Amino acid sequence: MSTASAGPADLAEEFMERRTPLQRIQGVLHKYPYLSPLIVLLVAVVIFYLLNSRFLLPQNLSFVTQQTVVVGTLAIAQTLVILTAGIDLSIGAATTLAQMMMANLAVFATASNVLPFAGQNPYLAIAAGIGVGVLTGALNGFLIVRLNLPPFIVTLGTLSIFTALTLIFFKARTIQNKEMPDPMKWLGNTFQIGEFQLLYGVIVMLLMYAIVGYVLKNTAWGLHVYAVGDDPNAAELSGISTKRVIFSVYVVSGLIIGIAAWLTIGRVGSASPNPDPLLNLDTITAVVIGGTSLFGGRGTLIGTLIGALIITVVQNGLSLAGLDQAYRVLAVGILVIAAVAIDQWIRKVKA
Amino acid sequence: MTATTTVTPVVQGVNLVKTFGRVVALDGADLELYPGEVLAVVGDNGAGKSTLIKCFSGAHIPDAGEMFVNGERVEFKSTNEARRHGVETVFQTLAVAPALDIASNLYLGREERKSGFLGSAFRMLDKKRMREESAAHLKSLGISTLQNITQAVETLSGGQRQAVAVARAAAFGSQVIILDEPTAALGVNESARVLKMIQDLRDRGLSVILISHNMPQVFEVADRIQVARLGKRAAVVTPQTHTMNDVVAIMTGAMTVPVEEQQLTPVT
Repeated sequence: MSTASAGPADLAEEFMERRTPLQRIQGVLHKYPYLSPLIVLLVAVVIFYLLNSRFLLPQNLSFVTQQTVVVGTLAIAQTLVILTAGIDLSIGAATTLAQMMMANLAVFATASNVLPFAGQNPYLAIAAGIGVGVLTGALNGFLIVRLNLPPFIVTLGTLSIFTALTLIFFKARTIQNKEMPDPMKWLGNTFQIGEFQLLYGVIVMLLMYAIVGYVLKNTAWGLHVYAVGDDPNAAELSGISTKRVIFSVYVVSGLIIGIAAWLTIGRVGSASPNPDPLLNLDTITAVVIGGTSLFGGRGTLIGTLIGALIITVVQNGLSLAGLDQAYRVLAVGILVIAAVAIDQWIRKVKA
Repeated sequence: MTATTTVTPVVQGVNLVKTFGRVVALDGADLELYPGEVLAVVGDNGAGKSTLIKCFSGAHIPDAGEMFVNGERVEFKSTNEARRHGVETVFQTLAVAPALDIASNLYLGREERKSGFLGSAFRMLDKKRMREESAAHLKSLGISTLQNITQAVETLSGGQRQAVAVARAAAFGSQVIILDEPTAALGVNESARVLKMIQDLRDRGLSVILISHNMPQVFEVADRIQVARLGKRAAVVTPQTHTMNDVVAIMTGAMTVPVEEQQLTPVT
């Protein structure tokens, strides 16, 4: 059979090899989906450098990495969720809840009516805050998997719930920098590499990227995350417990949210019960710009890191250039649409 | 036409019932698959073919009735349980993950892990071994069109995807391979290749259940043909004793075959 069709097949293959330059680009992007955001990032850096040469000074670059740390860390959690074709709208509210838990437990004796070890041991407070992060993820995962509800609706609901819980438990009181014990702010310390100031939190973020990225690529769990997002029916028929995988993804993302809460305290120095209103959307934007498909099953963590950097680079570059932040919103909007359009196009690739 | 036989069916279903709400998909269906044979299951749309085989795949759990593998009573609650009994299925939807590469798809759900602690605790994948063994499997099945084992399945043609799904079943199936409409989406050449593969599987001693709408293909490869009608088994015939027109007539109810004229035992 194969020998009989060898002749015409070879001819056809030769024809198929002759791909247009556009198809070649499509093929390369399909293989390396983080290439397009990388190009955008480099172009942005060049433009902002030309607009204001101070952009590339070590001090400013340090500042850019510091600005990226919270969105960048939360974007890891968001990537995991989006890879399973889900979405987490509660990510900002959950971070705030975990962060207020930490700060109040570390500082307040008045919170002792909630938990007995309040105000005594900051490490316990940090652990409890991270635990709250895990619980928020577990709640989302439980509702999605057990009640079979769409992630969009579940996390829209928990967004309100977590926000309300924060206000109910911890009132509207901001915990100030001077009240906070040192271990809480530890991730906000920096050390010098030449003129470059590196935040401890940035190192933690990069470590998390490395670990989660490695796990996604090299473990059965990572492969199953992709498979479940790609085609849940196929995954289930292949013997993967899709529910267990999805639940575990939300729990892991909750853990990352808990760590991000600690990072936020370190970075900001204080803990406010009012979350950054843009935080939710910024994490989703970072993931989407980074080349991860909102339909699940494809994307890379390195792309997300680049996406998060793009957001802060644009923000920082525009303010250095003396331009209105409205342009940042404009640029990010265009990038999101372009990223999704490119994703749709890449999906149509043929070998 | 032999009266009795001592051959135990590899897979047997007795009086299987499956309902979806008010829809009765299986209404007391039976099936016996004997060692080393190709059993075709044909029937009109809604006759319960797919539901029937999905019970054996572990994708559906029958409401009533009994299933046996090698004479041993089984209750499959998942595809994994069926696979553990050596029953592999190529679903109509193929059940492949398009964005994953060929090797990952072949091993999807039962990945080879690294030996030792890394494999057991962290479920670290042994990618190298999976790639090497995938390539070997494809080669042993005579699938030469898939050269690059790290290629994403979505970049393959329909026939190549089918080949991946069949190769997955053949690589792991130790007893039974079930194929649900394997040629429905394929061209003439690709269909011929799949039929050849089915015959090869039988020659290797595996038993095959083939669901198909394509009568010429069924008559080409099947040893016995089970006709499903209204959630039941209407008859089991052979390509030798009945014509395609007969089979269509049985499918539509225009013809009935007395039990003594049916081939309920293996063809010798």
